[in-house]
Amino acid sequence: MISLNKETIKISSEKDVVLFRQRLREYATKIGMSVLNQTKLITAASELVRNILVYAGSGETTIEVVSERLQTGIKVIFKDNGPGIADVNKAMQDGYSSGRSLGLGLPGAKRLVNFFEIKSTVGHGTTVTIIRWKK
Amino acid sequence: MDRIPILKMGPFLLVTIQVDMYDRLALNLENDLIIMVQKNGSKGVLIDISAVSIVDSFMGRIIGNIATMSRIMDAETIVVGMQPAVAITLVELGLPLSGVHTALNVEKGMALLQKKLADDLTEDSESEAEMDDNDQSE
Repeated sequence: MISLNKETIKISSEKDVVLFRQRLREYATKIGMSVLNQTKLITAASELVRNILVYAGSGETTIEVVSERLQTGIKVIFKDNGPGIADVNKAMQDGYSSGRSLGLGLPGAKRLVNFFEIKSTVGHGTTVTIIRWKK
Repeated sequence: MDRIPILKMGPFLLVTIQVDMYDRLALNLENDLIIMVQKNGSKGVLIDISAVSIVDSFMGRIIGNIATMSRIMDAETIVVGMQPAVAITLVELGLPLSGVHTALNVEKGMALLQKKLADDLTEDSESEAEMDDNDQSE
């Protein structure tokens, strides 16, 4: 996979979330992603960036334009040093929530993107990587 | 503090969301709307989201909350103008917004609210008429 363009945005407040979503939209528009795929990507990203704020308090996101074979897309990495997730499989189930949310965030975000990977260590933090291809 | 304006139009409240929503803003709107419904005795709430490009699970939940809360307060909520991409994304996310009335645009939403209000009035007058009949038979 070739990385073409990359930007890191720190997340510590809701204002950062608004900025992050705007930047993500700019990147997606620049590579010519359809409105539907943009909406799916940004909605998934919105869920994941909220998790950073709610569970870890702060963290950072990296937006990257990537290319593999004939495909171009956007990869986003969400990284925090929060409490981590004890049971990742459980967290990926619809309707499961340790907080007061609907429990749709992680499984919902996974359904909206082409690639989804979550790595979490209790006490060290969580890193989620997603990719949405242009087509 | 950031707020989304709520307009009073006769028995209804009208909200047009023109900005990128974030959680605090959505929570304020939920709170403000319920207070306005109570203060004005509103019978309907119309929320125009035609300019909203992202509705995630949190904002979807707020929309559902507003509908449920207003129903408890005797007001109907209608969400209008949802972009097709937002509708597709919401369903894939797993949030079909069941229990929320929707209409394609503000005009149709208003017509729906007015129809519901008219139905309520006829139901009220019918039940009153029935009570009158009961009085006579006694």
